Amino acid sequence: MLRFIVRRVLQAVPTLFGLSILLFIWVRALPGGPEYALLPENATAEQRAALRRAMGLDDPVIVQYGAFLGRLLQGDLGQSLQTGRPVLTEFAMKFPATVELAVMAMIIAVSAGVPLGYLAARRSGGALDSLVVGGSLVGICTPVFFLAFVLKLVFAEQLGVFPSAFRQTPGIDATRITGLFVVDGIATREWDAAWDAFMHLVLPGLALASIPLAVIVRMTRAGVIEVLGEDYVRTAEAKGLHRRTVRGRHVLRNAMLPVVTAIGLLSGALLAGAVLTESVFAFGGIGQFIYSATQTRDYPVLLGFILIIAALYVLINLIVDISYSLLDPRVRVS
Amino acid sequence: MPAGPLLAVDDLSVTFTQRRRRDVKAVDGISFSLDEGSVVGLVGESGCGKSVTSLALMGLLPSRGVRVAGRAGFRPGGGDTEADLLSLPSRRMRDLRGRELAMVFQDPLSSLNPVVPIGRQVTEILVRHRGLKGRAARSAAADLLARVGIPDPGRRLREYPHELSGGMRQRALIAMAVACRPRLMIADEPTTALDVTIQAQILELLKELVTEEGTALLMITHDLGIVAGLCDEINVLYAGRVVESAQRHELFRAPTHPYTAGLLASIPRLHASRDLPLTPIRGTVNDAIDWTDGCAFAPRCDNYAEDCLGGPPHMREERAGHRFRCVHPVRTDAAAVSAEQSPAAPEPSAPKGEDR
Repeated sequence: MLRFIVRRVLQAVPTLFGLSILLFIWVRALPGGPEYALLPENATAEQRAALRRAMGLDDPVIVQYGAFLGRLLQGDLGQSLQTGRPVLTEFAMKFPATVELAVMAMIIAVSAGVPLGYLAARRSGGALDSLVVGGSLVGICTPVFFLAFVLKLVFAEQLGVFPSAFRQTPGIDATRITGLFVVDGIATREWDAAWDAFMHLVLPGLALASIPLAVIVRMTRAGVIEVLGEDYVRTAEAKGLHRRTVRGRHVLRNAMLPVVTAIGLLSGALLAGAVLTESVFAFGGIGQFIYSATQTRDYPVLLGFILIIAALYVLINLIVDISYSLLDPRVRVS
Repeated sequence: MPAGPLLAVDDLSVTFTQRRRRDVKAVDGISFSLDEGSVVGLVGESGCGKSVTSLALMGLLPSRGVRVAGRAGFRPGGGDTEADLLSLPSRRMRDLRGRELAMVFQDPLSSLNPVVPIGRQVTEILVRHRGLKGRAARSAAADLLARVGIPDPGRRLREYPHELSGGMRQRALIAMAVACRPRLMIADEPTTALDVTIQAQILELLKELVTEEGTALLMITHDLGIVAGLCDEINVLYAGRVVESAQRHELFRAPTHPYTAGLLASIPRLHASRDLPLTPIRGTVNDAIDWTDGCAFAPRCDNYAEDCLGGPPHMREERAGHRFRCVHPVRTDAAAVSAEQSPAAPEPSAPKGEDR
């Protein structure tokens, strides 16, 4: 097991190295540069050129990349050009918000997707099935930012059921422990603060859940339909087991195996979707910060954040693979 | 002693219906019966309706797209009251399945849940029908595995199906089938997926269990060798109907329906000359015509004559207990003569001191 983990981590190194090169080229290829965001609008061309020189941005890209890589190997991702704080500090400050949002979205996606997919499979070809399959297609096709805007417009601004922005109502004085506001509120028994933070999560969580939900519905449905035709389900029925035992132990458990893998892969879609969702809801997580870093050409933040996210993605999928081997004894790593 | 057989199947037919397609009649009026503690064989080639019959009796056919007709009287608990397995509500069937009716399937690997330990798959039936819990269920499961000849049952209980050999898996499935001492066990080609050496062991085990427990066994197979060694009574199926039915010895001594005779003749013989070709039955089961138009076997039959067509041949009984559905049966004396010349291979008592 340990060797499996070590091998997977080592496999990730070249991936991340390649990604850092691509990212570096891509970031530099963006038109303009940080000198436009950092200097006032009436700054002269000479002033801008001087700043670029001072920041080393006129050096050959290969030299700049070498310097970046050298610092990276020492664990230094540089400072944010927007705030002046170290990139790692910024990440640590903003990461809990995104985690909270992504977890919320995943909870919505799994808790709605699995039952819906199961029901659609039981009645495959029926009206509910068509509705679920059609709905999931719409879910996959709808751009996340569009859905986010619609949700915000309808439920926050028109109906006023949910707050329209931020992670907590400004002015609430809550104790911070983990930075996950709902968790903090529960831990400190500040129920009002926890509830308030939860309500702020609902709309962005729904928006972000749309794609994973659609994928999970479809995978569950396909998995259940396949497993229902398996011989071992017939064996379970032949034993006269109660319907719920047959469904839970024999059908769902097997049908969930591919869904577990999908959840790992979907975590990438969640982080990507978070950029747009957080921006719409001014959520203050890494997504929103990456968005503003793109606007201001905050090179260190773009490079650093995306590399960390990529590393996390590798880590999440490693965890998923390990948990998969716990669920399916046939692929147990020896 | 209650009157009547344990299971009496009468005119069972199963039709698969599909939208915008012709209905397919997989089973077309099968009748047979099974006494308490007896072993009855259902023999035929692939596609003759054997498996569908067993699934219909177990109530395991899908509810949609399938039409089941006829009657299958079963006496639960061996009592006097008879229940029709084909029309019982699904909840009652669920209570009967596993407890009174058990089934062993063809492919032991795919018939076991790959992600649930063997132990759980054995105990769940004990929990369901015998109300055992926790340690009691586990030790009963270990006893069952030991009973079906699985060594080191304590360890095997914790293992998963892929960690067992093919024979072990089938033994585990048999353990599940006998867990509640069912009154009727249906074995659907239980040895087809196994090595020949394992086949014999599994058959021996089945025979032993049903004899000890007094369980009636419905043996579904395409292999006449298996029924020869195991069954008291044999029903030969063709195209969804029983074409011949007789006691084992009677059937092997005097096969009367040309299909049965053909099946017996097609068995390779050890003492036949190597140059003699095998004698298969012409054509395939797909060549069958509809029973309403005549004998379904007519297109493949050597005894075919004009009057084979025009309507379904009726079941005839020329000797007590030996029934057949044929207008031009194989003449018994001829069959007897040919049987003397080349004794049917699977018949255990047939070879008269030729070698050995």
